[in-house]
Amino acid sequence: MARVLLFGRLADIAGWRERRLDSLPARLSSLKALIAADDPRLAEALAAPGVQAAVDKTLVRGDMALAAGMEIAFLPPMSGG
Amino acid sequence: MIVRLQTEPFEPGALLTDFCRGRSETGAVVSFTGIARASAGATQALELEAYPGFTDAEIGRIAEAARTRFGLDDLMIAHRIGRIAPGEAIVFVATAAAHRREAFEAADHLMDYLKSRAPFWKKEHGPDGARWIEPTARDLADAERWD
Repeated sequence: MARVLLFGRLADIAGWRERRLDSLPARLSSLKALIAADDPRLAEALAAPGVQAAVDKTLVRGDMALAAGMEIAFLPPMSGG
Repeated sequence: MIVRLQTEPFEPGALLTDFCRGRSETGAVVSFTGIARASAGATQALELEAYPGFTDAEIGRIAEAARTRFGLDDLMIAHRIGRIAPGEAIVFVATAAAHRREAFEAADHLMDYLKSRAPFWKKEHGPDGARWIEPTARDLADAERWD
């Protein structure tokens, strides 16, 4: 079971913070497209500058291959405390 | 070295007392406490979101680097997450070193990092609703002093 997490304004826009998926698409870019397929506001927010992704709690750059059971988080610009 | 994220309020004086205890080689302890501001009624509460397991690991990495960079004996960071009312302590940083200069600089550096780059997402609740906050230009410039 894979987990997809949204934080900050992304979670507010989507109306959810966590989703469990039985299977993941092959790549991070396809996962982004999948979760925003029926939500154009989320698609726009995910494409905004400064949005980063973390896979299994490590920041990743660019597109990457996904494997079963991973935890993928989409992180809007960090605000500090 | 302690890095702690917590939803419950903390008492900064008690943290400082514990941090100072039992040190015979530390000549200097510096502490900083950040308090949530009401901004004349504009802020009714702050809400701070963290990514458990990620936020604490990132802060821990910066804390470890600061310990080496400033030659600290020890340090402590306590940070509130969740909903924080004006007047409550939001962050506590303490640094221990043989001499005061390193302790002051390390605390200053850690606070600049925590205020602008630490992985938190901050929402301000006010009379006109809630809005997400991003670091101010001043916060970003402060953090750049250490790059």
